[in-house]
Amino acid sequence: MVGPLAFATLSRGTLMSDTPIERVAKATPPTVGRWIRGLSDRTIAWLFVAPTIFLLLAINIFPLIWTVNLSFTNFRANRPNKEIEYIGLQNYERILTDGDIWLTMQATAHFLFWTLFFQVLIGFTLAWLINRKFRGNDLWTTIIVLPMMLSPAVVGNFWTFLYQPQIGLFNYVVEFFTGTPASSFQMIGDVSLAPWSIVIVDTWMWTPFVMLICLAGLRSIPDYIYEAAAIDRASKWRQFWTITLPMVLPFLMLAVLFRGIENFKMFDLVVQLTGGGPGSVTELTSINLKREAFEKWRTGYASAYAIILFVTVFGLASIYVKALNKVKER
Amino acid sequence: MSDYSVTEPSLRQKWVAGALVVTYALITILPLIWILTTGFKTPTDAISYPPKVIFEPSLEGYVNLFTTRTRVSPEALAALPPPETWYEEIVRNRDMVIAGPSRYGERFLNSIIIGFGSTFLSIFLGTLAAYAFSRFKVPLKDDLLFFILSTRMMPPIAVAIPIFLMFRTLGLSDTHLGMILLYTAVNISLAVWLLKGFIDEIPREYEEAALIDGYTRFQAFRKVVLPQAATGIASTAIFCLIFAWNEYAFAVLLTSGTAQTAPPFIPTIIGVGGQDWPAVAAGASLFLLPVMIFTILLRKHLLRGITFGAVRK
Repeated sequence: MVGPLAFATLSRGTLMSDTPIERVAKATPPTVGRWIRGLSDRTIAWLFVAPTIFLLLAINIFPLIWTVNLSFTNFRANRPNKEIEYIGLQNYERILTDGDIWLTMQATAHFLFWTLFFQVLIGFTLAWLINRKFRGNDLWTTIIVLPMMLSPAVVGNFWTFLYQPQIGLFNYVVEFFTGTPASSFQMIGDVSLAPWSIVIVDTWMWTPFVMLICLAGLRSIPDYIYEAAAIDRASKWRQFWTITLPMVLPFLMLAVLFRGIENFKMFDLVVQLTGGGPGSVTELTSINLKREAFEKWRTGYASAYAIILFVTVFGLASIYVKALNKVKER
Repeated sequence: MSDYSVTEPSLRQKWVAGALVVTYALITILPLIWILTTGFKTPTDAISYPPKVIFEPSLEGYVNLFTTRTRVSPEALAALPPPETWYEEIVRNRDMVIAGPSRYGERFLNSIIIGFGSTFLSIFLGTLAAYAFSRFKVPLKDDLLFFILSTRMMPPIAVAIPIFLMFRTLGLSDTHLGMILLYTAVNISLAVWLLKGFIDEIPREYEEAALIDGYTRFQAFRKVVLPQAATGIASTAIFCLIFAWNEYAFAVLLTSGTAQTAPPFIPTIIGVGGQDWPAVAAGASLFLLPVMIFTILLRKHLLRGITFGAVRK
């Protein structure tokens, strides 16, 4: 490693050379150069941060304020010339008393609970197994991770093929192992199976995410803690409950936070898999919102809906982060 | 190393763990292998039952992916001059002729333009902001950083409603520029958080030494910090690229033609009489393979990227 001063001298060497950039620099009027050089750190800080903040204000915050504004109106985006009427809190009132929305929420809750449950269970187990440090564990970890990096829409679309009752690979595998005839059940078409079909694909896709985070947690536990426990004759079982689990818990909770937010927003994968059907048994909130906003064109109503969802995610996430910080402090 | 260690798993444990993990890996990779192989099946092989593991490879799926075809009567087919290319021959075997190229190429190109455009912008803006957050006292720093992150909590559909109206007013609907700006806005939170982590790890002493040597802040940033952060910038760029590449919700709502990317397009590939699965699989393969390769290259930084830098190994 080259010392800091030596490093700086090296860089200074490159500064002296006549690179194209240097030539451009020489060609710039000295006043501009002096102006840039004369900037205080404070000015530079603002100069560097401002574009990002501006972009976020323009494409995130301004639209958000617009949504709040729209949520008090009966505006319909497919009739832009119609006069906008302000109707107060009527949209909010209608949403919170609408029974269909509560069905959607139930579908979302089912999806959230079971995907998190399976992903935590399988993800943690896999991480724990990989941490046995068998040969080639890096290679297999990389293979397991692949599904989560792929486009959910494209992969979800292909899963409809795997789920086909007559020809699909999934149904064939089920028949092969359980003997249930492959053509006797439809994962996507059946009202009672469809909610599980999306849980299965999401679990397949995102278990590696939980696994990677748990693995980082497991690897962060120093060996000497286990050595001390062994000297104290703590059983393996006890070591697991009093050392491994508590020390991985903050990591696990972080994984649940990320997956929870993502799956609450879930759209692409499920839209491609079931489209919310059959009926509306897999119509998660995002899909429902898309119907209201871009199919029924009830823009004002959908805006109020969007605000309610945002407040829900934001509220739940904030409470959760507080809990997470408490666990971390322990 | 001693003969017996309480933390080193026994050989038997390693074997059992290895076997279980390998089994899971093989099951989990199966759907991906199925996508890659279905692309090389004929439509008949693709929908045979039980599913065919061993089959004669065919390029029909790829030919169908890149062309549109029309059915002609056997008499008309016989009257045509013999096929000039191998792909024409494949199409003619199905009593069809090639009518023209499909839109897959265009959509794929759109994905590349929008993906790289938004990645470049988010990295450019993100590096500047991350440097400022890492090195200077920015007022309300924590609030701003949290604000940047919280923009990620909005469901995309909720954001899409006003964006849709805004783009319509500004004439940005279904344009490359509109999508690049939108994806940049979504990606920038990831870029700032990740890059701040990478820049935090570069010792301040390097810059301080450079400043003492007469560098200005700008020069120190450009010639000392940037080269040091190169690996971090590269892996952040790949994460931004993968996100833009995979994005579906905004693409399906805000684009329909000119600027449509591949993810909303691939599911709409249909053949004559039902979905043409080999063509869909071929389209998906070409689209997913680059990401698979990047994932393998990125494996060291993967955890950091997917957790916004919250977990570093």
